[in-house]
Amino acid sequence: MTALAALIRRDIRIALRVGGGALIGVLFFLTVTVLMPFALGPDLALLTRLGPSILWLGALLASLLTLDRLFTSDHEDGSLDLIVMGRTPLELACAAKALAHWLAAGLPLIIATPVLGLMLNLDATATSAVALTLLVGTPALTFIGMIGAALAVTLHRGGLLLAVLVLPLSIPVLIFGVAASQAAISGPLPFGTPFSILCAISLVSFVIGPFAAAASLRHGLD
Amino acid sequence: MRLRGRQIDCVRGGRAVFSGLDFEAASSHALAVVGPNGSGKTSLLRLIAGLLVPAGGSVALEGGADELTLPEQTHYLGHRDALKPALSVLENLSFWRDFLGGDASDPHECLAKVGLAHATHLPAAYLSAGQRRRLSIARLLAVRRPVWLLDEPTSALDAAGQDLFAGLMQGHLARGGIIVAATHAPLGIEAGELRMGGSA
Amino acid sequence: MTLIDLANPTKFLSLTARILPWLAGATAILLLIGLYQAAMAPDDYQQGATVKIMFIHVPNAWLSMFVWGVMSLAALGTLVWRHPLADVAAKAAAPIGAAFTFLALVTGSLWGRPMWGTYWQWDARLTSVLILFLMYLGLIALWRAVDDPSRAARAAAILTLVGALNLPIIKFSVDWWNTLHQPASVLRMGGSTLDRAFLIPLLVMAVGFSLLFVTLHLAAMRNEILRRRVRSLQIMQASQQAA
Repeated sequence: MTALAALIRRDIRIALRVGGGALIGVLFFLTVTVLMPFALGPDLALLTRLGPSILWLGALLASLLTLDRLFTSDHEDGSLDLIVMGRTPLELACAAKALAHWLAAGLPLIIATPVLGLMLNLDATATSAVALTLLVGTPALTFIGMIGAALAVTLHRGGLLLAVLVLPLSIPVLIFGVAASQAAISGPLPFGTPFSILCAISLVSFVIGPFAAAASLRHGLD
Repeated sequence: MRLRGRQIDCVRGGRAVFSGLDFEAASSHALAVVGPNGSGKTSLLRLIAGLLVPAGGSVALEGGADELTLPEQTHYLGHRDALKPALSVLENLSFWRDFLGGDASDPHECLAKVGLAHATHLPAAYLSAGQRRRLSIARLLAVRRPVWLLDEPTSALDAAGQDLFAGLMQGHLARGGIIVAATHAPLGIEAGELRMGGSA
Repeated sequence: MTLIDLANPTKFLSLTARILPWLAGATAILLLIGLYQAAMAPDDYQQGATVKIMFIHVPNAWLSMFVWGVMSLAALGTLVWRHPLADVAAKAAAPIGAAFTFLALVTGSLWGRPMWGTYWQWDARLTSVLILFLMYLGLIALWRAVDDPSRAARAAAILTLVGALNLPIIKFSVDWWNTLHQPASVLRMGGSTLDRAFLIPLLVMAVGFSLLFVTLHLAAMRNEILRRRVRSLQIMQASQQAA
């Protein structure tokens, strides 16, 4: 446990210090959301209706795009070799890194949601529904995106290719995240149905993500 | 304890780097791997560390801890120093000490041994190349591992640093450790020689 | 001839050289019979002659998923046994699978046109197939993005397996999303209620298309093996000149 705690502590520290870039994700989220009214028009009624979808799309892109360097920075300075050799199972180390990344880059997105909800004219129920679904859904995005981040080590490249590979896998999270938010706002479905499926998808991704990422890292360290 | 490799074949990117390689290193002995560039010195070390999979043959540590794999009983000091510039010297070392686990020593003492006691709270970004190497060497002391795999360990070290490191290696061998080092320069300790790239 | 022998690329090349003409012949005959039967099949009382698109659409849709299954098996071969022939099988299958998926999309869209009055409808089946198509394209892009074939094979294998695990979840999500937004699909078609006049030509076409896949896949694997031999010859040449 000390090993995993040490890894989480280290990754959060690096993310929050100069050059870490944890807050770039929030800035991206903010910018994307601010762009939307320019594309859709400043019609508040329309923005209210589309608000949950806009916030979800912004959070989805923000959490996947910040994952790019999750493993490559450790690969470049040799840390990844030592992590692979360590006595902690690589799957757990991967999960710890993803958790640290979510705490540093995912949680701020959720904290920013109420402010952005205000700008999209969402009421308190809608904002809290979106924040709650993001709280459950963004960890799933981080754990799915982690697979792409691990492939980046094998492929020696990141960026757009990874987004293309990972985005289709995130479709279920998007569908149920938006559906649960909409259900809480306008019905007709009870909030619980899509929300519990969203929880289930998150749990599945907690299993698939670390195993796939660890397999990818083991096979990719040439 | 004995580190033994048998009939190892190494293929990388469709190119055979070396094949049918045998080597052996016993407790309290160092093995210097020498040979021209591209003869597979680094590949051999990474193979022992479990970071590369051999195309054929095997490496094993006889007489090591049963419940641990060879990489888990091994320190690997590569070209890249596994340091984060944003963290302080002490934070860097403490992280590896906690993460690697096992029989650990006090990080302050380890830093004193490599001559970095004055810099514990400075960000690693401010260190010179030689100091970065010293900090990576401190990692070998922070957690005890019987096998040390060193890839050009003395590069970037000045004469004083090389002497200091030779002393540390002597200490490791005296405690029954094994050292396998890929090197162009003399190590400063008594070592067997494994010559790679037969024709050269 | 055992399975082990087949795993040797040279044996594979000589065996497939003998099999391929027969396979190609059988494929052509089956597809001709199937097409003839399909042309002779009666029109549907509701959909008219457009129902005949089904004879092309359904085999393609079936193969679009089957090929991903073949790639997943090959991916296991790559990761578990690190066998180069598995890499070759996976790489050769991807473009063929993408082609079948594309055909399934096009024929589905053409089939839907008279019903929906538009070429594209966010119908659950069609949307799932579209996502599958995107995943095939991503996989092909991955294969093309990396120079070293064994490195690319391992990355592609992981992605293929993750895709195989995720496809049912994606399918389920899209179905759920679709029922939320619009009523049942036009392309709904219970297999058991299908008339024999449709079923037999459909089966013949399905077998014919499956054989077509096997033929194309073996041919593409041969090409890929030869391509890799060229590559290793060139690497040998480069190292000789250096020495």
